[in-house]
Amino acid sequence: MTEPLVHAANLTKNFGDFTAVDSVDFVVEPGEVFGFLGPNGAGKSSTMKMIGAVSPVTEGELTVFGLDPVSDGSAIRSRLGVVPQENLLDTELTVFENLFIYGRYFDLPKAVIRDRIDDLLDFAQLEDRRDDLVDPLSGGMKRRLTIARALINQPDLMLLDEPTTGLDPQARHALWDRLYRLKQQGVTLIITTHYMDEAEQLCDRLVIMDKGKIVAEGSPRYLIEEYATRDVVELRFPVGNSVESGSLEDLARRIEKLPDRTLLYTDNADQTLVDLSERALEIESTIVRRSTLEDVFLRLTGRTLVD
Amino acid sequence: MAAPGSLLVVERHARVYRRTWRGSVISTFLNPILYLLAMGLGLGSLVDDGGGTTTLDFDYLTFLAPGLLAAATMMTATGESLYPVMAGMKWYKYYHDALSTPITTRDLVVGHFGWLTFRILFTAVVFTGVMVVFGTISLATAPLVVFPAVLAGLAFAGPVTAYAAQLENETGLSSVFRFVVTPLFLFSGTFFPIDLLPDWIQPIAYVTPLWHGVETTRALALGIETTWAPALHYLVMVVFLVGGAVLADRLYHRRLIV
Repeated sequence: MTEPLVHAANLTKNFGDFTAVDSVDFVVEPGEVFGFLGPNGAGKSSTMKMIGAVSPVTEGELTVFGLDPVSDGSAIRSRLGVVPQENLLDTELTVFENLFIYGRYFDLPKAVIRDRIDDLLDFAQLEDRRDDLVDPLSGGMKRRLTIARALINQPDLMLLDEPTTGLDPQARHALWDRLYRLKQQGVTLIITTHYMDEAEQLCDRLVIMDKGKIVAEGSPRYLIEEYATRDVVELRFPVGNSVESGSLEDLARRIEKLPDRTLLYTDNADQTLVDLSERALEIESTIVRRSTLEDVFLRLTGRTLVD
Repeated sequence: MAAPGSLLVVERHARVYRRTWRGSVISTFLNPILYLLAMGLGLGSLVDDGGGTTTLDFDYLTFLAPGLLAAATMMTATGESLYPVMAGMKWYKYYHDALSTPITTRDLVVGHFGWLTFRILFTAVVFTGVMVVFGTISLATAPLVVFPAVLAGLAFAGPVTAYAAQLENETGLSSVFRFVVTPLFLFSGTFFPIDLLPDWIQPIAYVTPLWHGVETTRALALGIETTWAPALHYLVMVVFLVGGAVLADRLYHRRLIV
């Protein structure tokens, strides 16, 4: 039996009177991509910092590699690759120097660091920027450099806090591709995100967090099957001409009314569309799509992920 | 053999300095030359003509130079304990960065003081070299004055680092120079013995580090007695350094490990 890489029981983090993480339980197994999905302020980053052994646990139990983050913080961190929410790069230094200095923090021999930097620059598609200063790099490049840097110690576990927030779609996909490669190489990844597509793309298993608590746990597919219907019909009504959701109630298993649109949760979108057309409603647009984790989140919390 | 984390932090500072040294090296050489020219030779000729030599027992340039040396290490130490600490905590957050590796907050503190010692030492050695060129100290005596001068700088580095570690914004940075460094520069015996000042000002010099640094540096440079017992002067500086460093250690932990 392999020991879990991370084990948390009743894990709690308070900042003064504020409870950021409220008695959560989870386990991360070797080789998996584990996600924390939730809106800003849900407690994802606080949980990540506790796992990263930089933030002491207020209450409950937490082990990382079977070690205690308080007493064995340095030993744990020597095996972690941390990608924080902000790119904490030394902007006055070059790409190479950033990687080199970070590697030295792990007390790696200089020759080893140089060898690894060559591979990491290749991985991050930054070979031709090796001796350039960090400052003028694009957001996507800086993000890839931060990830490359976190790999310098060949970590057993990577912690990625909102790895693609603020990147354009192209840069996001390039980054997902890199993360997917890591997963294939057997690196265990823990990711926080408030993007449901990111969680669906990358995570084997995830927990949904809201207000410091875990509200659901499972694979993306399981969560969607369990908490949402197969299809969603999104309706937009002309401005000032919204329809009482009560009048649609018999068309779907569940109805969610958002400020800008109305969502009909149904197991058979075709039938729902036929039924809708018989009502002769004034509808501006209709979109039919598969359910996503966003719908799961909406169902569990009554709110959307990204405000 | 594994290097202690604090040494790796010193290495980091050295590598960053390798990129940014130009400006600070120029001022390290230029400041003593400018001050010794203007104050020592310019103002000094006036002092010497006005009978100052009898009061001071030395010509003004010779009297002034060791005082300026101690003040120079104070300036370097203070500046290097304010801006880089603020940068680590807030502007660039390289402290947070290092803390995601095996480095600890204590490594950051010890590494900061370790690197600072090099920086202050460099300032002191250059300044002393300029003194030799100006002929205010002999080549044989010069190495002696480096130690008290470096200690004077470190005595400022301790409390200033602790102060910077808890600063929330940058407006507090310049007030250190405005309300601490500049007044002490003027009233700690750098330019004239403090017993020429009104009695009520003199205690300020007793309870702050610069006067003790000036006293010990000057005594070794000129071969004269210190006002208090030398051990007492050194003790005050060590208390400032150690007290400040211990406090900084706690404040780093409190601020960074939340």
